[in-house]
Amino acid sequence: MSPRSDASASAAIISLDRVSVSFPVYHGGSRSLKKAILSRSSAARIGRDANDQVTIDALRDVTLSLRTGDRLALIGANGAGKTTLLRVMAGVYEPIAGTIDVRGRVSPMFDIGLGIDVDLSGYDNIRLRGLLLGLSSHDIEARLSDIADFTELGDYLDMPVRTYSSGMMLRLTFAVATCYEPEILLMDEWILAGDAHFLAKAERRIDSFVDQASVLVLASHNLEICRRWCNKGLWMAQGQVRALGSVENAIESYEASAA
Amino acid sequence: MRLATQDVVDGLALWPLWIRLGWNDILQRYRRSVLGPFWLTVSMAVMVVALGVVYAQIFKIAVRDFVPFLCVGLIVWGYISALLTEAGALFTGSESYIKQIRLPYSLYVCRFVWSKAIILAHNFVIYFGIVSYFQIWPGSVGLCAIPGFLIVTLNGALTSSYLGIVSARFRDIPQIVASVVQIVFFVTPIMWKPELLGARSHLMAWNPFHHLIEIVRAPLLGQMPSLENYAAVGVITAANALVAAALFCRYRARIAYWL
Repeated sequence: MSPRSDASASAAIISLDRVSVSFPVYHGGSRSLKKAILSRSSAARIGRDANDQVTIDALRDVTLSLRTGDRLALIGANGAGKTTLLRVMAGVYEPIAGTIDVRGRVSPMFDIGLGIDVDLSGYDNIRLRGLLLGLSSHDIEARLSDIADFTELGDYLDMPVRTYSSGMMLRLTFAVATCYEPEILLMDEWILAGDAHFLAKAERRIDSFVDQASVLVLASHNLEICRRWCNKGLWMAQGQVRALGSVENAIESYEASAA
Repeated sequence: MRLATQDVVDGLALWPLWIRLGWNDILQRYRRSVLGPFWLTVSMAVMVVALGVVYAQIFKIAVRDFVPFLCVGLIVWGYISALLTEAGALFTGSESYIKQIRLPYSLYVCRFVWSKAIILAHNFVIYFGIVSYFQIWPGSVGLCAIPGFLIVTLNGALTSSYLGIVSARFRDIPQIVASVVQIVFFVTPIMWKPELLGARSHLMAWNPFHHLIEIVRAPLLGQMPSLENYAAVGVITAANALVAAALFCRYRARIAYWL
């Protein structure tokens, strides 16, 4: 598939065009005001230093586009840029170079603990997280029983979240994130922390809403899950796209390189 | 510029979220304590009474004159200094949110200012205690404190947003702010009346904090703030707005990278 024609396609829900992201690394000293002021005083030498500033290129020239029904698996070694790419898609990092166009409501699931107040009850946390994801309180109340059913936590939902196991917290987070059929669901690997029963249930839920015009992006090291849940694959290494295509092809070339 | 304006509009529109988050911030800090946030009220009340009695003696002023002055001054100063000293953690403290989910940055500013306003409201109870004890009633002039409070709040929001941005990049800023705020407390007429400066009381015209406090304090004590106070506050607000707008437009997208 040619990336260029894809990017221009109007049906693209997420399209990235030569997106690059690099992080400045401020080690101890350079993060201080002292250094910034001192560097001004000796313009020539440290001015060059400023250009030499250590940066980490987390993503380089990433071009891809996803359409309705695409379920993309991000694979690659640790530090390949999978999480950064997810965060760019979520709008957390605005790219240094290149453009990104995202159409639709994004539901990120990177951190189970986000917006969770461990002293509040499960129900209150559902409300809080719903607000964070952009639902109105009215929407949340309407879906509350649905969410509660999905979590299968029953009476636990009245208990403070501090009493939950991480698997239980995961159920709660997942249920809220998927309660309104998000148009774009971004998931980092922790989803695999659930038990087999939960995973099967999560898979059914994702199946149901990916059919309804949505996009899923999953970053994972579990190739088995990637194969089952996704239809496209993106193998990344050192922030660059190595292979993009069907999930089988991407996994094959990834495994070939690892072998 | 357009993105920055959009950010502010979206942030304000999400009021149910920041009202809730700000409220949670307060609850979280005082959870399981009997008095809750009223601990602040108690400690402030003790301070007002103790300092009031001692300093009225030192300055040879009637307690009846001095204590209400001190009380309102300390309450307003408590609000201003909390806004300044804690602004450094505005974005760094919300790192987990900023890195996980795209929310308008102005939302964090609203949440921060709102939670400080809640604390102010708790402290304000003391004012009513003092007013009824000394049988002083400001009358309708007291209502002028409301626009005064709103202007101080606006300045707090502007200042904390740019202090938050600069502090995310340079981690020494919060320390600098903390020491400056401490000095300002002593050179601003809060514990002493401006008349005590005698012939040099015009010096206070150059202290921006004096004007900011005065537009709230004077009405609550039954006097109209001077035109000079309002003019000075107008200039301060304009300057703050310019700095905040410039830094916010320029560096908003970089905040996530600095955390």
